[in-house]
Amino acid sequence: MPALRQGDLWLRLLSAVTLIVIWQGGALFALLPGPVPVASALAKAVGSGRLPLDLAVTLWRVAASFVIAMTGGAAIGILMGRDRRVDVFFDLWLVLGLNLPALVIIYLCYIWGGLGEAACIIAVASSKLPNTAIILREGARAVDRELLQVADVLDLSWRRRLSQVYLPQLYPYFMAATRSGLAIIWKIVLVAEFLGRSNGIGYEINIYFQFSDMTNILAYTAAFVAVVLAVEGFGIRPLERRLTRWRA
Amino acid sequence: MSLDVAITRKVYRREADEVVALDDLRFLVAAGQFACLVGPSGCGKTTLLQIIAGLDRAFEGCVRRPEGKRLGMVFQTPRLMPWLSVRENVRLALDPPPPGDGRAEELLREMQLGPSLDAFPAQLSGGQQRRVALARAFVTDPELLLLDEPFQSLDAPTAQHLRELLLALWARRRPTIVFVTHDLREALSLGDRVLFLSRGPGRVVLDLPLDLPRPRSPDSAAVEALRKRLLESYPDLLRGLAASSAEESAA
Repeated sequence: MPALRQGDLWLRLLSAVTLIVIWQGGALFALLPGPVPVASALAKAVGSGRLPLDLAVTLWRVAASFVIAMTGGAAIGILMGRDRRVDVFFDLWLVLGLNLPALVIIYLCYIWGGLGEAACIIAVASSKLPNTAIILREGARAVDRELLQVADVLDLSWRRRLSQVYLPQLYPYFMAATRSGLAIIWKIVLVAEFLGRSNGIGYEINIYFQFSDMTNILAYTAAFVAVVLAVEGFGIRPLERRLTRWRA
Repeated sequence: MSLDVAITRKVYRREADEVVALDDLRFLVAAGQFACLVGPSGCGKTTLLQIIAGLDRAFEGCVRRPEGKRLGMVFQTPRLMPWLSVRENVRLALDPPPPGDGRAEELLREMQLGPSLDAFPAQLSGGQQRRVALARAFVTDPELLLLDEPFQSLDAPTAQHLRELLLALWARRRPTIVFVTHDLREALSLGDRVLFLSRGPGRVVLDLPLDLPRPRSPDSAAVEALRKRLLESYPDLLRGLAASSAEESAA
């Protein structure tokens, strides 16, 4: 991660301003509502208390699916990376899981589990899980055996072996899986919501779509995107910097 | 406690082929002795150390080593954890590290690494990294210390400085040491005894006790004279053959 320099900051600002200008330009040609009406719709939706509630529900679903997909996917991926037989056995399943369209997974989960919260979260988590497994499998394959020998010689307890020697080698892979995972989950959770839930950002966007209310669609989208950027900027990037600060 | 090595056979399987790495390799190192192992590359020195350390258990024969977990090992490369600071790398060996324990810091300061305690390995020079690896092996006060060409590819003054450090620590705590090298001068300047190994599969071809007075430097006249004498009597010693020139001409 390159450090943020003064010049970069200006470039980023310029980039954001240019985007808004283009948006405004599009609004002049009546392609979409401009920034000002969207901002006021956003303020109204926040003021009514409805948007924060939907946002909270959606974020909870994102968080729950993310945790399930990361732990499950990491466990399977690491086992596959460590043991060739496990790898050969699950490889077909993994390819299948990777190529199963999210829409199919969502419908299957809703048919089996009913249009409930659990089915929604499981559907979103299973759409992401194979991707995590693939990334962590690469990580487990690349683990440095020489460093594990050091752990053997030092006769480390399994706890310290895991936390000081094994897992740090996988951190870059965890970070990659987190990045791509959030990107996938953000998108799929909205689909799962409008197909089977009666609240959340995806549900609301679908309602506004019925009324062709593009202003509110963009307002809800903007709120969601703002949260994504905040998580990236204040959560993932600082964490990544902390975990990789040893790289000279 | 002494180290008793009796390896009947160590075989590597490469696809269909079997490569014999060690064959009937036996020796005994007395407690507190500094033994150097010298042999041509590919004679199985590293394999031998891995077996003694218990990292490789797929061999025929047996190795009896000092009881307990107090084993220190220095590998050919420093093998530090890049994500741990210098201090944390050394404290890793103290499992679990007693709170407020200053052994790691004390040892590192003694090795002139005091200013780098909180640096990461990538910020250190090669010589400094090797010093950290030495400190990690020493901090547990091991009864058995295994070193696999620990000073190779270092410039001469740095290597000599580290040799002196090793000898100082050995003099103070008297661990049993097995020191692998391919540098005869280094072996003669460090050991109580030098074991010469044959070309692979490795066997002991010559067991040479040393009683040169210490301290000795690898460049000292005494070491050089001994090296010359050795190579005169055994011209092929460093290629793993201990047939004397007299026997050779007779044959």
